[in-house]
Amino acid sequence: MNPILLSRLQFGFTTLYHWLFVPLTLGMVWYVAFFQTRYYQTKDETWHKMTKFWGKLFLINFAIGVVTGIIQEFQFGMNWSEYSRYVGDIIGAPLAIEALMAFFLESTFLGIWIFGEGRVSEKVHLASIWLAAIGSTLSALWILLANGFMQAPPANSFIFNPVNGRLELVNFFALIWNLKGWILFWHTISDGVAMAAFLILAVSAYHIARKQNLEFFKHSFNVAAVSGLVAGVMIFLGGHTMGQYMAEVQPMKLAAIEAIWETEQPASFSLLTIGDLSGKQEVWSFRIPYAMSFLACNNFTCEVKGVKELQANYEQQFGPGDYIPLMVVTYWTFRIMMAFGMVMILITAFFVWANLRGDITKTRWMKWVPWLLILPYLANASGWILTEMGRQPWIIYGLLRVEDAVSPNLTPTDLLISLIGFAAIYLALAVSMIYLMKKYATAGPDAAMHESVDVAPAMVGSQD
Amino acid sequence: MSYESLQILWFVLIAVLWIGFYFLEGFDFGVGMLLPFLSKKDEERRAIINTIGPVWDGNEVWLLTAGGATFAAFPHWYASMFSGFYLAMFLLLVGLILRGISFEYRSKDAAPAWRKRFDWMIAIGSFMSALLLGTVFANLARGVPIDEKMMFTGNLFTLLNPYGLLGGLTTTAVFLLHGANFLALKLEGELRERVNLFAKKLWIGASVLYLVLGVFTYASGFWARGIIDPGVIPIAAVAALLVAGYFINQKMEGWAFIMVAANIVLTQVTFFSMTFPNLMLSTTDPAYSLTIYNASASQYALGVTSISALIFLPLILAYQGWTYYTFRKRISTDKKTLVY
Ligand code: HDD
Ligand code: HEM
Ligand code: HEM
Repeated sequence: MNPILLSRLQFGFTTLYHWLFVPLTLGMVWYVAFFQTRYYQTKDETWHKMTKFWGKLFLINFAIGVVTGIIQEFQFGMNWSEYSRYVGDIIGAPLAIEALMAFFLESTFLGIWIFGEGRVSEKVHLASIWLAAIGSTLSALWILLANGFMQAPPANSFIFNPVNGRLELVNFFALIWNLKGWILFWHTISDGVAMAAFLILAVSAYHIARKQNLEFFKHSFNVAAVSGLVAGVMIFLGGHTMGQYMAEVQPMKLAAIEAIWETEQPASFSLLTIGDLSGKQEVWSFRIPYAMSFLACNNFTCEVKGVKELQANYEQQFGPGDYIPLMVVTYWTFRIMMAFGMVMILITAFFVWANLRGDITKTRWMKWVPWLLILPYLANASGWILTEMGRQPWIIYGLLRVEDAVSPNLTPTDLLISLIGFAAIYLALAVSMIYLMKKYATAGPDAAMHESVDVAPAMVGSQD
Repeated sequence: MSYESLQILWFVLIAVLWIGFYFLEGFDFGVGMLLPFLSKKDEERRAIINTIGPVWDGNEVWLLTAGGATFAAFPHWYASMFSGFYLAMFLLLVGLILRGISFEYRSKDAAPAWRKRFDWMIAIGSFMSALLLGTVFANLARGVPIDEKMMFTGNLFTLLNPYGLLGGLTTTAVFLLHGANFLALKLEGELRERVNLFAKKLWIGASVLYLVLGVFTYASGFWARGIIDPGVIPIAAVAALLVAGYFINQKMEGWAFIMVAANIVLTQVTFFSMTFPNLMLSTTDPAYSLTIYNASASQYALGVTSISALIFLPLILAYQGWTYYTFRKRISTDKKTLVY
């Protein structure tokens, strides 16, 4: 087995997994902070229950984010040692700052939040969830700035040092003012809020459909519908900006997600393109004229470069090689993400409208709403697969190739052990997490108010 | 600051991060390993977990930060060590996952089988982590095969030499003792009595192992292969550990804790001064060793990270210290006072 492939598989799988849980944390923590703030201001018991109930679900999810995050921190060195040597000077700084500035804040104050109720003052307890929320958000910012550098290295932030053959940081501010990183951040944070909104919608709908705790869940449902709509629009704006910026910094990725083979002016947008099995040849395509030009540069007639021309350019610049990412993947992940994003906006808009129009607890569609939870999860995973596979063969765009980045000493046996090991553990984690999520989500808010032993009301006190 | 002083500063800062981690997570690991052996009832187990509940994650971030800082300040060290010790690191990560998830999940279901499973995962995960960390550090002191391209040329079994294993076992034993002392400080009633008895036995085991490791280190010349002679520091470390036995016997729990903590800190100081300015000693050819000079980031990058470390480290110490102060009260097994 090819060690590069195995390392890629492992990194992709573990990161994707980490990233199934983190956005929910990123969004949910702000909801919990909001609920608790409202409780603090109004002393209304409903807000208190909302804090506790959604807070429980948040914590169950959070635990997985933490334990899978530790692996991320070490994997750069474990699997990508040459990458670490080549860009450690640059990527190391945001990662170290992330730990110092964000992880400590988040983990320490979340500890206080969980264990501090009744032990610290209400004010301090409220402050601790806010600090944890700020910590999570900052951690996302720093890691995305690191990723932003890999996607689009700002030319004035670094030099190549020929003596030791690596990149060196020369301007920290250029590194952190990387537009790519900030757009990623915008898009990702709104993704987190949308994901949390959909979780709240799904769980609320489950209870509303069963006519349990109607007031509580109606309330939650409405908060989530409105904020989900806002987040959906923010995602869209961020995504659109990202596409345009991509035209500038990663034209090959853009051409690959749009399956544009020949340079076009004006360029058409592909609604459906069928490629051959290699994913590198087009067989049939249905296109909307001018639309792609507009998406790429807000102008109906601008030129969008095609894969073939870009490939030729790259060969001239970097020597022979295959610079085309796997187009089936980039093309379809983009379409899934975008279609789901649009659907999410429409659905949340519908919920808001339905709520203005009448009593949502009497609707018949409510029982189907929980299934919508799949949308943000799939969109989110697709978006990252697109981002990361779309930069192939580069690990750092235009500077370092994946095959030159991998740890040279790892044998397929080493990699199989770790890959299978992580896969098995992650599977077990997922099983226990889904079990707990389901249990707490379906038990409802009254159970979450019990601090002790167990939530299922029938089981309270049944211990020992 | 000059390039060299930045390199030294980062060597010191990374040492500080590791020392912080050993000191803090050391007792977390100890508490985790003791969990199934110390308790008879569910409330007791919950009380034991409550002693570290609010802080273990914050303590673990010391490790993450040590990793992140190593990446930033000495990219070659980060690259050579984590890729070289690949399977050991993998197992360490498995240990950390097992215990981390269990702290959060074990009480979220009342089924005894569920809880038992997670309790054992805490113990096993803590044991694996302690053992592997000790083994890795002992190998760093001993030296490992590294070629001219800074690549580690051994495999997992290279690390499992007698010295490495002795280092792993000693670290585990000292952490167990450290955890017992911590519990003696944090618990009350019958559990506290029980843990005091444990501490006595653990002290004997830890002391014996520690002395053997010390003699081995000295006799085989792993001593001071850098430019600093650790001098009296290791002697003070031994003394602290031995004196701890007296305090344990006298039930002076605070002092016993401080003495073992001092032993851990001084041992780490000894380790780092033994190797300075080397980061990873090559047994293939000393000329291939990674040092603070050939493995470091550029002067500019070190400057940037220094500024952020100097801003944030004091803040972190302040709020983590405050957390310990907030949760300073002893924990009883009274169900009403426990946090699940
Ligand atoms: C709920 C999740 C979700 C939804 C509904 C959308 N996205 Fe997205 N998208 C992501 C979640 C996401 C993501 C997983 O979070 C990514 C990966 C990198 C990033 O920052 O966000 C992403 C990446 C990403 C990229 C690739 C950036 C790159 O490769 O560097 C583009 C061009 C878009 N998005 C555009 C859109 C558009 C036009 C959407 C239409 C509504 C959209 N996204 C909806
Ligand atoms: C959390 C969201 C992320 C997800 C879901 C994700 C997903 C992936 C996937 C699927 C791959 C495999 C691509 C392939 O081999 O074809 C990959 C590779 C990689 N990613 Fe990410 N990634 C994320 C964020 C990041 C960040 C923030 C960084 C760096 C700071 C990063 C660094 C890397 C590296 C170094 C590789 C390996 C080299 C490569 O295959 O290109 N990723 N990631
Ligand atoms: C887009 C990419 C990523 C973002 C936005 C992100 C953000 C976060 C956040 C918010 C957490 C807190 C725990 C949680 O939310 O469940 C977390 C955990 C963690 N992440 Fe990620 N992460 C990403 C990918 C990565 C990568 C590539 C690394 C590798 C350096 C990493 C390292 C960690 C670590 C070490 C933790 C554990 C922190 C703790 O114990 O508190 N993450 N991450």
